[in-house]
Parts: sequence; C-alpha cells; structure tokens
Amino acid sequence: MAKTQADSSDLLLDIRNLRIEAKVYPPGEAPRTITLVQDVSLTLNKGKVLGLIGESGAGKSTIGLSSMAYGRGGVKITGGEIILNGRDIRKGGTQGIRALRGREVCYVAQSAAAAFNPAHRLMDQVVEASILHGVANRAEAEKRAVALFRKLSLPDPENIGQRFPHQVSGGQLQRVMTAMALCSEPDLIVFDEPTTALDVTTQIDVLAAIKEAIRDTGVAALYISHDLAVVAQVSDEIMVLRHGKLVEWGGTRQIIKEPRQEYTSALVSVHEIAHEEKKPDASPFLSVRNITAAYAGGKIKVLKNVSVDILPGQTLAVVGESGSGKSTLARAITGLLPPEQGSITFAGRTLANRLADRSRDDLRELQMIYQMADVAMNPRQTVGTIIGRPLEFYFGMGGKERDARVAELLDKIEMGRGFVDRYPAELSGGQKQRVCIARALAAKPKLIICDEVTSALDPLVANGILKLLLGLQAEEGVAYLFITHDLATVKSIADSIAVMYRGEVVRYGPKSQVLKPPFDAYTDLLLSSVPEMEIGWLEKAISGRRMASAGN
Amino acid sequence: MLDLKHIPLGAAIGLILTALFLITAIFAPLIAPYGLGEIVGDVWAPMSSQFLLGTDNLGRDLLSRMIFGARTTIFIAVMATALSFSLGAILGFTAAVVGGWLDTGMSRFVDLLMAIPTLIFALVVLSVLPSTLLTLILVMGILDATRVYRLSRAVAVDINVMDFVEAAKLRGEGNGWIIFREILPNALSPLISELGLRFIYAVLFLSALSFLGLGVQPPDADWGGMVKENKDGIVFGIPAALIPAAAIAALAISVNLVADWVLNRTTDLKGGRGNG
Amino acid sequence: MSSPILKLIAQRVALGLLLLLAVSVLIFAGTQILPGDVAQSILGQSATPQALANLREELGLNAPAYVRYFRWLGGVLTGDLGTALSSRQDIATAIGGRLWNTLFLAFWAAIVSIPLAIILGLLAVRYRNGWIDKTISGLALASTSLPEFFVGYLLVYFFAVKWQIFPGISTVYDGMPFLERMRAIALPATALTLVVLAHMMRMTRAAILNVMQSAYIETAELKGLSPFEIIRKHAFPNAIAPVINVVMLNLAFLIVGVVVIEVIFVYPGMGQYLVDHVAKRDVPVVQAVGLIFAAVYIGLNIIADIAAIVANPRLRHPK
Repeated sequence: MAKTQADSSDLLLDIRNLRIEAKVYPPGEAPRTITLVQDVSLTLNKGKVLGLIGESGAGKSTIGLSSMAYGRGGVKITGGEIILNGRDIRKGGTQGIRALRGREVCYVAQSAAAAFNPAHRLMDQVVEASILHGVANRAEAEKRAVALFRKLSLPDPENIGQRFPHQVSGGQLQRVMTAMALCSEPDLIVFDEPTTALDVTTQIDVLAAIKEAIRDTGVAALYISHDLAVVAQVSDEIMVLRHGKLVEWGGTRQIIKEPRQEYTSALVSVHEIAHEEKKPDASPFLSVRNITAAYAGGKIKVLKNVSVDILPGQTLAVVGESGSGKSTLARAITGLLPPEQGSITFAGRTLANRLADRSRDDLRELQMIYQMADVAMNPRQTVGTIIGRPLEFYFGMGGKERDARVAELLDKIEMGRGFVDRYPAELSGGQKQRVCIARALAAKPKLIICDEVTSALDPLVANGILKLLLGLQAEEGVAYLFITHDLATVKSIADSIAVMYRGEVVRYGPKSQVLKPPFDAYTDLLLSSVPEMEIGWLEKAISGRRMASAGN
Repeated sequence: MLDLKHIPLGAAIGLILTALFLITAIFAPLIAPYGLGEIVGDVWAPMSSQFLLGTDNLGRDLLSRMIFGARTTIFIAVMATALSFSLGAILGFTAAVVGGWLDTGMSRFVDLLMAIPTLIFALVVLSVLPSTLLTLILVMGILDATRVYRLSRAVAVDINVMDFVEAAKLRGEGNGWIIFREILPNALSPLISELGLRFIYAVLFLSALSFLGLGVQPPDADWGGMVKENKDGIVFGIPAALIPAAAIAALAISVNLVADWVLNRTTDLKGGRGNG
Repeated sequence: MSSPILKLIAQRVALGLLLLLAVSVLIFAGTQILPGDVAQSILGQSATPQALANLREELGLNAPAYVRYFRWLGGVLTGDLGTALSSRQDIATAIGGRLWNTLFLAFWAAIVSIPLAIILGLLAVRYRNGWIDKTISGLALASTSLPEFFVGYLLVYFFAVKWQIFPGISTVYDGMPFLERMRAIALPATALTLVVLAHMMRMTRAAILNVMQSAYIETAELKGLSPFEIIRKHAFPNAIAPVINVVMLNLAFLIVGVVVIEVIFVYPGMGQYLVDHVAKRDVPVVQAVGLIFAAVYIGLNIIADIAAIVANPRLRHPK
C-alpha cells in the first residue's frame, strides 16, 4: 500500500484523512449521525485514472463527489483536506467551489437519462459549463462539442446536439454526458458507474469510447464502479473500499493479479465457481414447445416460436439483454402470461396455459424466485409466516410440524432458527434472497424459476447465493430455470444454455457446446462483451470486433 | 401499532383535544348545564358565571347548545365517514384486484361524480330531497366515497403489482387471502391517515351545509347551524357566532394533527417491527 | 412538431365536453329521478291533488324523463335556461349580472392569492426545513382545517365591526364606481384568498420540491451554476406545468369556496343565488347554476391538463 510520492508538480488531487458523515432520520427514532467515509487518503496525478471499487455502502461515490466538495442529501464532509491543483477546496468558500465545479472537475452520472434536463436540447446543456466559466464562447464550445461527439462515436455528430434527451438512447446519452464533462477541458472527471445501467453489449462500446477520450484529452479521472473487471480496463491504479474505509490501493496489475488483502482476492475470484456440467442423460420433465406470446392484445410479440427443455435436477440458463424476452418466457411458463401458440408439457401431460386453470399440485411443482427480494416478500409478514405459508397451503401442515419444518429450511439456507420472528426489513439483501429461496423450497418443487436473482446483489453476496443454489440442487434434486443477463453467472451454474435475442432463442444446447466456437453473430457479440479480469481485454475485444465486422 | 412514547407535542395535543371532543359528544346530556331548547336568559347575554359562553339569539345557553351541537356534528360526520370509507375502500380494493370492465366502469363513474364540485352536487341533490339526518349522511357519505375509492384503488393497484402479491397468486391463493392478508396490511397506514382527513372534511362539509341552512334543521343544533343562528349578532359586535365556528376549527385541527402524525410515522412500506 | 400535441389537446377538450354532457345528465337525473316529487316539494304537503296535477302539467313533468332532459339541454345550448319557479323570472337574465359579480370577486382573489402562494411556496423550498418553511407549513395545515365562515366572520368582526375599515356587507350595484366596488369586495376577496392560499402554497411547494430533487438539478449544481441560475434555467422550465396545474386546481377550489363566502357577505353573486333557490326548491334555477359551476370547474381542469401537455418536452418534441 506504500505509494511512492509522485513529483509534486504532477500532483492533481490530494485527499488527506477524509471524513464524511451524514445525518439519518430513522422513522420513530431521534436523528443520528453516521460515518460514511472514515480516514481515507488518496493522491491522483495529472492524466491518470484511479478506479474506486467496492460494494454498495463502501463510500466510493461519496469520495468521488468530495473532489467537487459536494455531498448528496444530508451528506457532509466533516474532516480532512481535499487539495486540488495545490489548494484546499474546502477553504475556498461557496464562490471558490462554484468556480471549480464544471471547470476543473466535471461529473458523469450513472443515469445520464435522469441527469439531463428534459426541457433543454443536448447541445445547450453540453456547452453550458464552458460558457459559464468563460472557457469558450458559444461558437467555439459548440465546435468542440461536435468534435467530442465524433470522438465518442456518436451517430450524426453534427446534429445530435439539437435533440432532446428523451430522443436519444441510453448508451448514446451516457456518451453525450462524457462529452459534456470533457467540453470545458477539466483537469479531472468523476465517472460514477457510467456503464452500470447499460446492457453488456452497449457497455463495451461506451467503455471503449470513454477510455479513448480520456487518453486523447489527457484528463485525469476517478472511475467509480462495483465491477472490478470494468475498472481494470480503464484505470492505472485501483483503490478498494469497504464500509467507508480503505482496504487496498495499488496498481491495476497488482490488484487483480497479486491482491494482498483477503477481501480483494475475494472480489477478484468472485466469478470463479467450478461447476461440472451434468450429462443430459435423463429425459426432460418440462418441455416448452413453439411458444409465441405477446403483450398489448397481440400487438407486441415478445416471444417467437420458443422451444426449450428442462431436465430433472439440472439447470437451464436463459441469457439475453433487456428486451430479449427472457423474463417473458418465465411468465409464460408460470401461466402469468398465457401464450398465444405452443404448449408446455410437464411430467408427461400438457400444462394449462392460464394460471387459474392449473391444479394446486402443478402450481406447487413450479416455484419462482425474484430479482428484488425486498419486494418479493410481504413487508408485514415475519420470516416464519413467509416460509410457513406454502407448508400450510400445499401440505396442510400446522403447529409444531410446520415450525419444525421452517426451522429445518432456515438451516438449509444457512441462516438459523433465530430468524423466524424477523421482518424482511430487518434482513440484509442476501438474507432476503435466502428467505425467498427457502419459501420456494418449502413447496418441494421440481423446478424453481430464478429471475435475475443475483443481479441486485453485491458480487460477494451474489456468489454466496449461487453456491447455496448449487448446493441445494445437489441435495434436493431440484431443477432451475435460471434467467440472467450475466454470462459469468451462467458459466458458474448452468448445465445447458439458451441464448435469447429479440424474443427468439438464437442458440441452445449443453453449456459446453453453446460456449464453444463457432458462434453465431449474436452469441459472439454477447460473449466478447463480457468484461474479463484481464488488463488489455477491452482493446482485444474491440479490435476483434472490428476485424469481425471488416470480415463480414 | 404506533409507538406512544415518542409522540410529538403537536400530535399529543391533537390526541387529547380529539378525545375531549369525543367525550363531550358521548356524554352531552350529563355535561350540559341546561337543556338544548331551554330559553334561560336574555338574547345574546354576555359571558358570565351563569352562562359561561353567554346566550344565543333566542336566549338559550350557548355552552349547552355547543355541547349538544358537538354530539350532532360528530355523530353525522362519523356516520358519513364510516359510510364513505366502507363503500370507497371495498369498491376500490375490489376494482384494483378484479380489474377489467368492473374496474373501468366504476372508475369512469367516479370520474364523473368528481367532475362536479362536491358542494354544488350536494346542493343540487338537497334541492329535491328533504334535509333529514339520513339524507345528509347518505349524500355526504356517497359523495365522499369517491375520494376514498380513488385512494384505496391507487394504493391497492400499487401493491397488487408487487412481486409478493404475484408470488401469492402463483402459489394459488384466492382473492380473499390476497386482499385481506397481502394487500390490506400494507394499505392500512395511508388509509388510516385518510380516515382522519375524510372525517375533517365531513365536519367542514356538514357545517357548511348547515350554515347555508340546508344541513341540520332547527330545533336540532349543530355547530354550523349555530353559526347561522347567531351570525346577525356579529354586526352588533356580539361574537356568539364565532364560538361554534372556532369549535369546528379546533376539532378539525386536532384531528389533522393526529392524521398528519400517523401519515408521517407510517408512510414507508418497509414495515417491520415497531412500525406497524 | 405540433401535430401530436394538437391531437392530444383536441382529445382532452373532446373528453371534457363529453364529461360536461355526462354531468348535465347527472345533474338532471339528480333533480328529476331521485325520490321526492318536485311539484310536491314546491307546493308542500297540504297541496290539493288538483293543484299538484296542474303544476306537474305546467312543469312538463308528465313527459318521459329523457324527453324532458333533451328539452332542457336544447334550451341550455341555445341560451335558454328556463324560468325560475319561485319568481317567474327568466333565469338567464337573472344570472347574467350575478355571474359577472362572482367572476369579479374570484378574479381579484386569484390575482392576490396566486402570486402570493407561488412566492411563499418558493420561500418554503428555498429555506426548506428552516423556520420559515415550518411556519408556513404549520399555518397551511391549520388553515386547511378552518371553515370558510370562521375566516369570514373573523374578518367581519374585526375589520367591519371593531375597526370599521371595510363594510361587512358587500353591496354592489350596476354602475358602481370601481374603487367603491373594490372596497366592497375587500373582505370577501380576502376571505377567499385565505381559504385557497394555504392549499395552493402547500401544493406549489410540493411541485417545486419534486423538481428540485431531480438528478438534473444536481448536474447543474455540479456545473457550478449559482442557486438563482439553477432555479431560473433548470428548475423553472420543468416546474411550470405542475405549478399551472396546482393553480388551476385551486381556482376550481375557489369557485366552490365562493358559495359560502357570498352568503357570509351577502354578495349578489351566483353562489348566493344558488343557495337561495335550493332553499326555495327552485329546481330549474338549481340545475342551471349547478351546470354553470360544473362547466367552470371542468373548464379549469381542462386548462390544467393542456398546460401539462404543452409543457412536456416529450410531447413537444416526439422521437
């Protein structure tokens, strides 16, 4: 963690012993102050990129915004020095802070869609800071903006500035926001999870555009993300944070190749779950045949002629980006969205299309786990009620018998009996998802549909959930239909894979075959877009993609 | 469900005053020093130890009439609120859970009712119907039910699309379990607070009607009607009309303080312990 | 650019007209089909059967309800509101001057209350959670619980009786000089202002606060804009629509408040006219005035919706 002190003439940002606190107002209790960031110091040289990584609540965004002396909501910087270009910005007063924001330091938000004012054209917003701070007059600033649009590979760079935010796609908006940050030629840009909200195939383009822009303009950056593989592509150094404290700080290669702290190694190896693919030896117990489904009275087709099989005790992963129809497939199988055509056979008989027409036993055999565990449980019911209800409902259990089984299930999900009387609000994100798993297991199902069950969780917690699911599969012999956008998760858990794109299954088969070349165009794009924990992966992926498109 | 140890001052005052008003209403005949229609002194006698609030336009004891008036006002307002609430909440929940043409039909009809200002609509109806207690309660209750319907439907629709309700539907639970066990416990907080607001509205609405001479008819007394009876005294500098008016304001503010507190305490859907 | 917007506005206006038509049915039904016989209620319990029959004939009560409805609607559309039962006067003539009086009163109350509410709302947002905000919010909470006549008679008691600054009874007549007329409506206009002010201010505060908490305000702050510039350039364009909405809804509120206020100050407007004739069970008058109130109310709601449509950049600049 020892840093060679850089030549002071190169030093851009020097944060010393930063302490950030926030006042929280828990309902029904007296307001109290909590510490978000404790004693964090960092230095950043001109033109360098420092990645800030950590789980939610690590304080990474808060630290990033502190370089602009900004605290969201009730957040206050209460201690330490923030020295930018040789002066402590906390002593600069309101005027001084205003002069540096948008001039020396600019900000790129996670959701550009919300960060742009819907009432103004993009160009007016992009050049606003440059004109305000007298960096350029309007004509110059607009010229510069167009050049930046071109550099960031935005379509129609001459005219895209005339559009309104809602007329531009999410990935493009994120690039426009980067152009906005670069337009006033700042010394430092704070990137706050700029690609997190994007689909994986869009993310890679935006990431490459950001990296190129940083390189060509020589701006320094704080790059904040929860995804180490992404940060590794753009950063010179990486700082790992947890609970508002520094864990480890070093060069990118050192952090991902030779992590010194246990927590860092856990983050690095998070995607590596060894999972042996099971042989497709049994015959499928659930077959989806030529399903076509639509929303809005048949107008919007979301599933087109989809067929997949699920084998007992095995996992079928359905992968795709937003809008691919993967969640709709789950809704069709559960009967929430009755398909227009096609059929679903279950245990040798045809399953009714509509939920209302299915027998209680059919319902029991198909259980579901959701992405957002906190809204998947009734906030007014205790864990005991939540897990116990399927037992009462399907098996007529009651009293001691039910309580014993609930306790058994709590043990299975590695939580213990003490949780019976807790409410969902009193559980952590991972615990909530575990309770949902227990509720599904309580029905003794043949199949559990897992809809993005790990994507709202921090990587380490998600990892724990995946391991639990694999363990339970071995124990109980339950099959999973695992819906996800994350290919790393797929590799860890799947026995067979279906790749979906715009409502169709474009590739389907056992994991080993699906992930083996030759690929079809979309699977290739998808696979090559997943960031790998490898320095130089981004360049390789982009050049590979250019070659492919040149070859076509 | 509410933590009584941490009541803010405003809510505590509101609770105490509301309780006092209720007690007065319930035990009116025991508390009132004189009878309701009993003429006991001069017209508009000033406040004295004999007549704590003075006398009214006919020489009746104002305090006694205030106490009996509390009974009438609160009784009608409570009945109208109860009617509007049961009608609005049941129909609103049903519309949200059942959906389809039933929902559309009822919602359009409520839109229609709400397109006419409530007071105007009530006046139109009261121009034909006699101003009996029953009519008043029915008119106020039904017109006000539209607001409760909107709120309960909106709340229930929000909850109905949440994953835990979907999970219950996938489990195969019936509409009864879904409405009473999944939706209702989560909809209770906004509804309870709305109950307070609807009650205030009923008090104000009844008082306005009585003041206009179209609500409670003499010889019965309610606060709005008492304002009407004594309003001519104002020009002579006799504040008798201001007393019932102030009582209405005090009751409304007290309930408002309580409702506001309930709403602030329990708006979050997180639930859990000590929170509902 | 404007065609989808025009279409939406046309739809909204058409919907409003349809609603008004439905309201006319409802008002008609409310007075005709409900239990209770109009003729009986006019003549009282002691009326002879012959007198009742004559009156029914005269009122056209023997025709089927839908025939009577269309007869009435046709009259309304051609400006014939019928004849008052109690005075045998033409309703349209009687309403003319009163409608103007009511609009005059409402206009001045609106002129005072709208800017005041917006300024107070802005102050509350600017000093959010400070004492100004808390005081304003507290007063707003209290004043939504005050009956109109409490406010009204309090004003009369002090300003007209104790201090004798303004008249307690607002007599106005044709050809009255402007200043005198203003003096006459001073108290009722103040009372009306107080009645709607708190509500309007609370809603304005909420609308502006909603805009101020958007992510794009943070973006503007992080560009180094001053608070004033942020409000002018970034908050204001997005706050117009919700604020107009608030204003229109409260004007609708004001229209209802006018009824009680006019009775308090014996002001010769629509509200008092309505209340008088409800007491006299004069159904044609009640129908006509009720319809006019409903039309104004629906009209204000349409304007509020159109303002929201016009101010929405997504609709002004479709993809």
